[in-house]
Amino acid sequence: MMNDLITMIAAKYNYWAFIVLMMIGLYAMIVKKNLVKKIIGMNIFQTSIILFYISVGAKESATIPIIAHGHQEGVIQATAYINPLPHVLMLTAIVVSVATLGVALALAIRVYNQYRTLEEDDIQSQINQI
Amino acid sequence: MVWQLDIIILTLVIISGIAAITIKDLLGASVLFGAYSFLMCLLWAIMGAVDVAFTEASVGAGVSTVLFVAAVFQTTRRSKD
Repeated sequence: MMNDLITMIAAKYNYWAFIVLMMIGLYAMIVKKNLVKKIIGMNIFQTSIILFYISVGAKESATIPIIAHGHQEGVIQATAYINPLPHVLMLTAIVVSVATLGVALALAIRVYNQYRTLEEDDIQSQINQI
Repeated sequence: MVWQLDIIILTLVIISGIAAITIKDLLGASVLFGAYSFLMCLLWAIMGAVDVAFTEASVGAGVSTVLFVAAVFQTTRRSKD
């Protein structure tokens, strides 16, 4: 019983790493006061989601999803190739993450020009003074 | 997929992720985040997602790091936490 549990935890190490990375990102987004640190946390969160999807698509003893000897006649064995659907979805996610990063950094620069600081609590106290 | 290599790189990814959010200097945090992205790209190449791996290497690690460094030079390097 205990042995089964340990085997189950150890066999899914990719998913445990995904959970740890996701919690690191969430922690950085909530606890850190600096705006750039928050943006780094958001990016770590996004890459952890991508890690999850790629882990879902990974397969033992399969090759990359490019058909070997493409001009050859005959039936293609789908089990010999890694599932490419999560890969395609995650390509979109990477591009979207760079776009959100650009917008977030532009907003951070704008906030810095207005308040001369990137710390959230300093910005809050300056807003309260007005 | 070689599981020994996978575990080593996953550990390095988690270490560099923690380092990127704990370091005080924002330029250092950007560089560590670039290292994190490259390790992630290595992980995906191991898992057989080659298209995702090279998109991450060019867009995730390259362009993101450039954007971070540009933003840090526009603002300030210091951070309280």
